[in-house]
Amino acid sequence: MTGPHERILLRGARWVSAHADEGVHDLVLAGGRIEGATPDGPVDREVDATGLVGTAAFVDPHVHLRDPGFEAKEDLASGLAAAAAGGYGTVVSMANTDPVIDDPDLVRSLRERAAALPGARLRPAAALTMGLEGTRLSDAAGLVEAGAVLLTDDGIPVANAEVMRRAAEWAAALDVPIQTHSEDPDLRADGVMHEGEVSERLGLPGNPAAAEAVMVYRDAEIARTTGARVHIAHVTTRAALEVIAFFKARGAPVTCEVTPHHLTLDHTALADYDPIVKVAPPLRTPDDVAALREAVASGLVDCIGTDHAPHTRSEKRMDLLTAPFGIANLEVSVPLLYERFVASGDWPLARLLELLQDGPARVLGWDAPRLEVGAPADVVLLDLETPRPVDPATQRSKAAFGPWDGEVLRGWPMRTFVAGREVFARTP
Amino acid sequence: MSAPLAHLRDVGDLDEGRVHALFDTTDVMAQVLERPVKRVPALQGFTVATLFFEDSTRTRLSFERAARAQSADVMTFAKGGTSLSKGESLYDTVATLAALHVDAFVVRHPAAGAPHQVARWTDAKVVNAGDGRHAHPTQALLDAYAYRAAGGRPFDATKVVILGDVAHSRVARSNAALWAMLGAEVVLCGPPTLLPPALAALPGVTLEHDVERALEGAHAVMPLRLQRERMDAARIASMAAYARHYQLDAARLALADPGAFVLHPGPMNRDVEIEGAVADGPRSLVTAQVAAGLPVRMAVLYHLLVGKEAA
Repeated sequence: MTGPHERILLRGARWVSAHADEGVHDLVLAGGRIEGATPDGPVDREVDATGLVGTAAFVDPHVHLRDPGFEAKEDLASGLAAAAAGGYGTVVSMANTDPVIDDPDLVRSLRERAAALPGARLRPAAALTMGLEGTRLSDAAGLVEAGAVLLTDDGIPVANAEVMRRAAEWAAALDVPIQTHSEDPDLRADGVMHEGEVSERLGLPGNPAAAEAVMVYRDAEIARTTGARVHIAHVTTRAALEVIAFFKARGAPVTCEVTPHHLTLDHTALADYDPIVKVAPPLRTPDDVAALREAVASGLVDCIGTDHAPHTRSEKRMDLLTAPFGIANLEVSVPLLYERFVASGDWPLARLLELLQDGPARVLGWDAPRLEVGAPADVVLLDLETPRPVDPATQRSKAAFGPWDGEVLRGWPMRTFVAGREVFARTP
Repeated sequence: MSAPLAHLRDVGDLDEGRVHALFDTTDVMAQVLERPVKRVPALQGFTVATLFFEDSTRTRLSFERAARAQSADVMTFAKGGTSLSKGESLYDTVATLAALHVDAFVVRHPAAGAPHQVARWTDAKVVNAGDGRHAHPTQALLDAYAYRAAGGRPFDATKVVILGDVAHSRVARSNAALWAMLGAEVVLCGPPTLLPPALAALPGVTLEHDVERALEGAHAVMPLRLQRERMDAARIASMAAYARHYQLDAARLALADPGAFVLHPGPMNRDVEIEGAVADGPRSLVTAQVAAGLPVRMAVLYHLLVGKEAA
């Protein structure tokens, strides 16, 4: 986004990070950077942030913005606006668009288009294999040179272990992380939900927990033997977490994320046969959900990835076999996690911030976002006190519907600044 | 007059009292069908729409006849001939049809849960005529009715064995739910690849891989149709191997109670899941099942649109 930077004075917020509570003070944003607690020149604008909690805007390593090719579901403008409304300053977009982001020029084009839009920063991922077909490697070096920050065929597991191994060798040499959608495609088969008591009762084809654990083992072993940084996307099962713990204990360069929906919903959510909760990998058992929560609390899980996966209302009103997989959640994830896990007393606020700031930055090989003098002015102001319902009418995403509609939550982002510009303000 | 049934999406929409009331109404409907003029005015002014996303001419005609025999108007929407083939969402299809003031939708769909979705989107009553692997409640009702009408033991003194490809069978799921609700001992039996262990969580149901043990003392035996594609999906070695291990033949039937009845939802693979001689034998209710289809569906439509008591 171009145009002159204002000098903005954020007055009276309490400033926190995963590592410190700095207490209440003012913060000045100027020239796209943090200027300090006091202005170094004339202030163009003052924002009363009294009662709000300020912190570095969040990083989401896993979103689907559907652009190019599926703009009816989402586009860069709506997706980056939704991210900003969710408190995110930076998002990593997946490559399963049309065309697939497997060409350096497409990476450049995405970055240029996004830079002109008000919203979160875009850092594109690029495909690991050409066309996400799992056979020929993409030009990893060229894609990274063009600005791709992650290589992944997300959405489609890489079935061929040899292809994954060779891709990992490139990634290791380039020091770029790979993200894997670790599900064995044959075991997963035509499953539309977790295989278990609920799927058998509902008569829906099941996707067994083993489909994830066996593929996580393969991908983690490839990380260990190649030295590539492998980030396991959207872990859903206790078994897969045990595999990840095994490899982390042996020093393998493996990281993992969990999604807000896998932390808050289980497979019984399918009992009403509503495709809104059809998602890949599927919602698992209450025991798996408990395991994910334990792994977040213990630090085994590195970060939250929303896997924001928007679809049109019409697509989500197809039958359960035909409707596409995915939940759109960018705008509700932070309040959802705050309400369920921080306000409830399960996690300290610092743990949630770690999962949204330091964790994703570590996964991506970046410096943790910090509101230090001279750092990029990516800031979010949160209202941790006021309960507000999840209201689709106020959402920026084109997929303004979801499983939490109407739920009353606290922890809403009130304003988001990216590079010193306000990209989101919530009506109080 | 008691309240009409809200929907018949699966057996969970019924309770034991309603099932017996449905059977009593079915008795009356069966008598209607013996009359020279096989039509009553019970559903005059109501419109029943059959909405079939999956081919099943026999089931569709049975429902349409059941509606017409009670003087309802009938509309037919079948895959291929209408906009159902144009790829519009299920919701759009239903919204369009609901605007025609349909009172009851009879829904057949390859996806489990489609009738539940339709019921969410309309004010009309919804009858499930088969959805994926999930449910086929009128089939279960007509099976149980045929057993009862043939002089089967009281359900709470009955052991029923559902035998074969339980994993893929909506008939198995609905029969298991219905017979268990009526108090029967329900045993699901099949090869391990076609009998998911998670089915043991269904209330009132036990699983058994050994067909001989399953059949011991059974009063009703229900072999399920086996489809050839199960071979390609690594579920069974061959149709012949399946038949050798699981076919309901005369020798295995002899392990059941001497008065046991054999039911098959059709269409049959003779000499695969059921020996031809058993299908045609004295204990077979196959013909009675077919005959029960129409009066049972008349009773279901009556209970949905009018109420509980007999016409």
